[in-house]
Amino acid sequence: MNAEFSVSLSRRLQVMVLVLLLMPSVALAALKIDITQGNVEPLPIAVLDFAGDGTVGQDLAGVIVADLERSGLFRPVDREAFIERNIGVNVRPRFGDWRVINALALVTGRAVQHSDGRLLVEFRLWDVVAEEQMAGLQFFTTPKNWRRIGHLVADAIYERLTGETGYFDTRIVYVSESGAKNNRIKRLAIMDHDGFAQSELTRGNALALTPRFSPTAQEITYLSYYRNKPRVYLLNIETGQQEVVGDFPGMTFAPRFSPDGQKIIMSLERNGNSNIYTMDLRTRETRRLTSSLAIDTAPCYAPDGSQVVFESDRMGSQQLYVMEADGSNVQRISYGEGRYATPVWSPRGDLIAFTKTLNGRFLIGVMKTDGSGERILTEGYHNEGPAWSPNGRVIAFFREGRGADQGPTLWTVDVTGYNERPISTPGWASDPAWSPLIR
Amino acid sequence: MGQSTKSKILISVAVAGLTLAGCASTTQPASTSTSTGSASTVTPSSSAQYLVQNVGDRVFFQTDQSNLDGSARATLRNQAQWLSQNSSVNLIIEGHADERGTREYNLALGARRANAVRDFLISEGVNGSRLQTISYGKERPVSLCSEEACWSKNRRSVATIR
Repeated sequence: MNAEFSVSLSRRLQVMVLVLLLMPSVALAALKIDITQGNVEPLPIAVLDFAGDGTVGQDLAGVIVADLERSGLFRPVDREAFIERNIGVNVRPRFGDWRVINALALVTGRAVQHSDGRLLVEFRLWDVVAEEQMAGLQFFTTPKNWRRIGHLVADAIYERLTGETGYFDTRIVYVSESGAKNNRIKRLAIMDHDGFAQSELTRGNALALTPRFSPTAQEITYLSYYRNKPRVYLLNIETGQQEVVGDFPGMTFAPRFSPDGQKIIMSLERNGNSNIYTMDLRTRETRRLTSSLAIDTAPCYAPDGSQVVFESDRMGSQQLYVMEADGSNVQRISYGEGRYATPVWSPRGDLIAFTKTLNGRFLIGVMKTDGSGERILTEGYHNEGPAWSPNGRVIAFFREGRGADQGPTLWTVDVTGYNERPISTPGWASDPAWSPLIR
Repeated sequence: MGQSTKSKILISVAVAGLTLAGCASTTQPASTSTSTGSASTVTPSSSAQYLVQNVGDRVFFQTDQSNLDGSARATLRNQAQWLSQNSSVNLIIEGHADERGTREYNLALGARRANAVRDFLISEGVNGSRLQTISYGKERPVSLCSEEACWSKNRRSVATIR
């Protein structure tokens, strides 16, 4: 047990993780999902109900299966087909029983109440063909935290089999909408990436829009119409405390954190003219980055903080521009047909996601940071507001319904354009933002 | 906030008065004129109802535009004149957009529209300190269908009494 470490989770919970000894021997397994292809053939994987006390083992397997299936990269084998059942975490599986039902990977595990009251969860990932263990971890946590352990296990499996960072142990903040279309109540809400563990962050007495996570996922910056003054706010998720960002003479909107969490970048509107500003959260120093007579808005930093992408109608219609973080060297990058808005730099730094309007339809797409290589991922009556998963693999967005009794819903699509899926929310939902992965 | 609530109460009193007058007129035609008269006396020219019905509280815009056409300018000249006659009235000018734009852009566009109205009223002699602006972007539509017939009513600026 040489690799003991702690994971700091954004809900002030500590999970202790231990690496399980490989059994029977260390070997380099060949099983891997090649995700460089556009449309990946999903990997058949069997997840046994975890052994142990009560139903938590079965519940954990359910979370893991749902996460893996939802990624589009895995095809969970129907548990009804399982031949071998109820094997412990320290037992070598009968691999022939799993090969015969065409599973290429197998997950076994155990979940028990430890003597100190904590929940102990162990799992092993097996390569069925090579008959080798690929991963094994042990988690200690408070029992009410079991769902997140399921996501952590799914992340470990995803990472081992794809070679990429996972994104299942993450949360999404969004705007929960209720009421008639002409008098919508909009609250900030937060949930796990799979739509579970819903909770509301604001009460709905003030219109709330465009929430964005801080790099530590402890804070949200968003636009609130508190006391009918649209201003950018900071909200601490743990304490519920809020503060207005800066003392600006006009509407502030479209906020985001800098990658180091030190600054907020946003638009300030004065006399009908919107420009981009930053405010340092420690020194309170503000800096103006653009000085056009146009609408400059939706700024977003590159992950290294060196550049900013934003939208502007300075040349007549909404287009995307990139500038240095000090506001210099502004370059237009979007030259395709139509209008481009809401640019978001990918966490990997290589792509920019956007909303595109073309012939009265609203599309979500990505382009390289120089504007080349545009690809449309989804299109329809109204798709808007892309948000990246922290590993840069999936994009969340909202889709607005058409008509008086309709409202928006949340969706995800792979950066490849495949695997489009809804996220289930209790009511109408818009403006999703994906939390970073806190490790 | 308090003042606008008060003006809403005034409106409902006036509407109630008219309704009563209407009921009365079916049974006692002779009393109609006096009832109507009393209803109009609770609608002073400085009221929100007067602004909506007699002056015009809103102007409309083309898609993505914030320039004022002839009809909008005529409405705003009425507003400027009305403001000069009601020196105690201060306005909040709301700017709105239709649903066919992205959220942040529409917030900025609504601000542009509200300020186009404010600038025009100032050019007509209204003191700028009497005119606040606020943008609601696409957040507060009044017409709810997803057709141009509704969108054209939502691309608007609306004056409300502060």
